[in-house]
Amino acid sequence: MTDTMVTVLVEHRGNEIAQPTLEALTLARSIGRPIAVWMGEEPPAGAVTALREYGAEEVRVVAIGDRARHSGTAAAVLAAATADSAIVLMVSTFFTKEVATRLAIATGAGVVVDAAGAALVDGRVETTQTVFAATWNVRTRVNADRAIVTLRPNTTQAAPADRPAAGEVISVMGMLPEVRETVVSVTPVERDAGVPLSEAAVVVAGGRGTRGDYTLVRELADVLGGAVGASRDAIDEGWISHEHMVGQTGVTVTPVLYVACGISGAVHHRGGMQASGTIVAVNIDPDAPIFEIADFGVVGDLGDVLPQAIEALKARRQG
Amino acid sequence: MRIVVTVKFVPDLQSHRSFTDGTVTRTADDGTMNELDENAVEAALQLKEALPEGEAEVYAVTVGGPDAVAAVRKALQLGVDHAVHVCDESIAGSDVFGTARVLAAAVREIEKDGPVDLVITGMAALDALTSMLPTALAAELDVAQLTLASSLAVANGVATIERHMPDAHETVTAPLPALVSVTDEANTPRYPNFKLIMAARTKPVATWSLTDIGVDPAQVGAMASRTTVLDASTQPPRENRVKINDTGDGGVQLARFLIERGLA
Repeated sequence: MTDTMVTVLVEHRGNEIAQPTLEALTLARSIGRPIAVWMGEEPPAGAVTALREYGAEEVRVVAIGDRARHSGTAAAVLAAATADSAIVLMVSTFFTKEVATRLAIATGAGVVVDAAGAALVDGRVETTQTVFAATWNVRTRVNADRAIVTLRPNTTQAAPADRPAAGEVISVMGMLPEVRETVVSVTPVERDAGVPLSEAAVVVAGGRGTRGDYTLVRELADVLGGAVGASRDAIDEGWISHEHMVGQTGVTVTPVLYVACGISGAVHHRGGMQASGTIVAVNIDPDAPIFEIADFGVVGDLGDVLPQAIEALKARRQG
Repeated sequence: MRIVVTVKFVPDLQSHRSFTDGTVTRTADDGTMNELDENAVEAALQLKEALPEGEAEVYAVTVGGPDAVAAVRKALQLGVDHAVHVCDESIAGSDVFGTARVLAAAVREIEKDGPVDLVITGMAALDALTSMLPTALAAELDVAQLTLASSLAVANGVATIERHMPDAHETVTAPLPALVSVTDEANTPRYPNFKLIMAARTKPVATWSLTDIGVDPAQVGAMASRTTVLDASTQPPRENRVKINDTGDGGVQLARFLIERGLA
């Protein structure tokens, strides 16, 4: 650990801190002195306590409400809130990648997105990440004096600090830029109960093989405490909403366990889940490409295999 | 209306094997136009086709080595009017900021013949998938930015998009000029037909160097890149993989596997 200031942009939904933020703070502690930046409405006391427990030496609050949803605005205020930080960590999302890009243009920082880890080596930030649908491992050095790294969820084991940090709450306000874009309507998406797909430690996904019936997929997800995902096919059929799509143009997931049910494993789908820890596949087609990357594969009918697995897992829990 | 579409030359995601007269068809190319850029080209063509003949022009622009010309040729086959290939060995190794600088300079060069109202990009390139280029290019051009559009409409000098964010569906507008990135939900790209393929053969591709578009080579390329790849290695294949046929207890075996691995 060094004296380097490492700022973590807190990912939160309303009052609730997203788990990957705690992973980022854990990583930040291994690099230097963690600072948390909270954008949006004022954070609740419970959130501040959690940030302290994970080592935040300061909690910088940028109370700009919904304006934080605009990537250019978020980047402009972050430039002020992170002026003393050599490293800024964010949780990888489409939105934070835009914020990171704008912040880098404002500050001259180098950017690595979708990293699995970051460390300080001879005064420079080095990152690791997987590319080309997780078939390659890449190590990257940031040449600039400042680094912005967006981190994939589930790549660092979150752990609280040995003792909570002071985490003084400080209000920060930067110059808000002129905004050309106007959000004319926002329709909130009803989320499944539980952990969001992108952050879930367990994902159970269904594809064409479900024939549109997600009952068993949801049941297995419930038993395993996971989130429900889907292939592009299932979205196109209208079987399940777009938020569930796992793939290169949907959500990229890196859970500890990925269970693919009736998903053939087209290259676009694999690109969104291939970096998962353990991959399990159930498919009626023995030649389905998903079996090429599955740690455990069952060639069989979902209607036979899933109820049996659910029952066995439930029985164990009760036993 | 003048529209510029940026397209990227990327390695093919999978080799599309086929047979011709009983033998495997072999092509010299293993690269192609980024698949998600087809949605950008389609969006531009649909906007053009909605206007009276002659009221819109579509340019396709790519940046890259000599092979990258394939990306704009593909765009010509799909029906764009003009193709530009910025080709200069100084560009090699550019990071996203260098690439955005070059693309912005190319757009400004095109603007010498008249203003560009709209720049359309794909949502990501299927090689690196960083999704950073649209934002970087909008910043370089200093125009409004409408990203991840699942639909796009332009009327009375205003672009309107819908986008599906993880927590909400949004409708966002911005006055032109603007940059729009479209997702693969925005449309279904057309296939080039024989007539268009033949017509594309006679359409010229303008090849520009950095000097042509006034970019200082020192500001782009590997030397100017803010990041350097230190090493890249293939991920070792997953070991000890098990595949069973369900003969009546497949579900039980699956559950046992998860329990043994500590996953359930």
